[in-house]
Amino acid sequence: MKRPSLAALLLALIPFTAMCFSVSLWDRIDPMLLGLPFNLFWLICWIVLSCVCMWGAYRAEAARHRQDGPPA
Amino acid sequence: MSPAAICLTTILGIVAIGTAIGFLAGVHRKMDLEQWTVGGRGFGVVLIFLLMAGEVYTTFAFLGASGWAYSRGGPTLYVLAYLTLGYVVSFFILPQIWEVGRKLGMQTQSDFFALRYGNRYLAAFVCIVGIASFVPYLQLQLTGVGIIVSVASFDGIGRTPAMTIAVVLLVAFVFASGVRAVAWVSVVKDALMVIAALSIGIGIPLIHFGGIGAMFAALAHARPAHLTMPGATPNLGHAWYVSTVLLTSLGFYMWPHAFAASFTAKSGDTLRRNAVVMPLYTLTLAFIFFAGFASVLVLPGMSNGDLALLTVVRRSFPPWFLGIIGGAGALTAMVPASIFILTAATLFAKNLYRPLFAPRMSDDQVAKLARATVVMLGLISLMLAIFSSTTLVSLLLTGYAGVTQFFPGVVLGLYWKRVTTVAVFAGLLAGVASAVFLMLSHRDPLFGVSAGFLALCLNFLIVAAVSLLTPARSRDNRGLPHPWELQHA
Repeated sequence: MKRPSLAALLLALIPFTAMCFSVSLWDRIDPMLLGLPFNLFWLICWIVLSCVCMWGAYRAEAARHRQDGPPA
Repeated sequence: MSPAAICLTTILGIVAIGTAIGFLAGVHRKMDLEQWTVGGRGFGVVLIFLLMAGEVYTTFAFLGASGWAYSRGGPTLYVLAYLTLGYVVSFFILPQIWEVGRKLGMQTQSDFFALRYGNRYLAAFVCIVGIASFVPYLQLQLTGVGIIVSVASFDGIGRTPAMTIAVVLLVAFVFASGVRAVAWVSVVKDALMVIAALSIGIGIPLIHFGGIGAMFAALAHARPAHLTMPGATPNLGHAWYVSTVLLTSLGFYMWPHAFAASFTAKSGDTLRRNAVVMPLYTLTLAFIFFAGFASVLVLPGMSNGDLALLTVVRRSFPPWFLGIIGGAGALTAMVPASIFILTAATLFAKNLYRPLFAPRMSDDQVAKLARATVVMLGLISLMLAIFSSTTLVSLLLTGYAGVTQFFPGVVLGLYWKRVTTVAVFAGLLAGVASAVFLMLSHRDPLFGVSAGFLALCLNFLIVAAVSLLTPARSRDNRGLPHPWELQHA
């Protein structure tokens, strides 16, 4: 099976780092932003930002699959 | 009409409309096994989105997540992270699974193990673990319906009759129309769920505190520790968060139904695009959290947190509105539950019974046996839901500890030529055994780390070590080349 590109993997690592591994850096109440505790605000932002990262990964992968001829 | 009657009529109306749509979806199509299980492999981005959203956002998201926001506080945030990261992981595995699935005509997760590793005992074991992991997940959905109907009837109808009604509807519904029905009922279910989440997530803080910001300010003042980890728990801290998010996001598409949903796609690209947009649906859950956190101050001292959301809705809104929320909740339980039953029944008939006991069964007979199994599974899960009481989140995490053990076999099977059948079998056995042992002996979490995650690490280590120690095989025992080789043929 064809392995995913390094670019796509690195882009996918960003949401993992932001939402999972770095938890002790953002798990606090202050500063409250838009009325939300900081940890909740951070996660909600990253739901949207994860889509942006994965859109980048999609562009990287789609380009590679087009080079191989008709899309799988 | 009494408030309870108004409320129950509304719920019943919503469930009836949903069920009718399910029946209509199946009417004009011939239901062979391929159509019933994988919808003829022709779903585009929209239907796939609906099917996956239909399966993933269960009554766990509705009642379980808000229940934990109420009773546990901060640790419940893991839900937002794992749902989002589960899609990130799916980007790298679902298109590949789809590709081998189409080439080799796979319909179930067990087919994948049978064809990749060429061992029917491994495939049968995967089936058994899959079906067993569905049990707590199904039980979760039925418990959810029971809670909804008993709160909506102002405690007039007991949970047992409520769950019985739900099972009857569910079985009739699955029986008639298979996987396509689920995708279409999801349209009603998801629209209602988004409306319900937004209106209670904004409405409840507004009614009781004057707004979401004011609600969190009041909570941060009165119960600051509740909003961060470990919240109201002694041991669900950051180590638990990281290990649980990893366990559940890696295991997200290891659920046999979610895995098999990838086979319904029209192309691998459909699945890749789907992985990009699906996380946005998780935003709905943030609103459900708002309602859950609001009930901490509105309804202090409830013993069962899973009841918090509906009880606070009942106190804040008129009965017809509680009916709409309850109806959304009931469909949110029934749609996924029907697909769990459908998947488990297909696994039992096609991947467990036929290969081991009746190799000459035709596909039509398998489809008939699968339908009979649907009835059996409905009854078994009903009995379990009636006789057990655990929080909804605990039920979900129990199921995840089981299904995530498939992850090494799937990912290494796709990407690592060297991985061997013996290694995957050994890793899976060790992973499942250690997860079951740690959970049954109440050692979850162990040293603050999720037990299922520790079992997954052991599983990975064993697969890697045994693979390197056993000779690689390029062909399975029936002379079929591996999907891997077909890729390059």
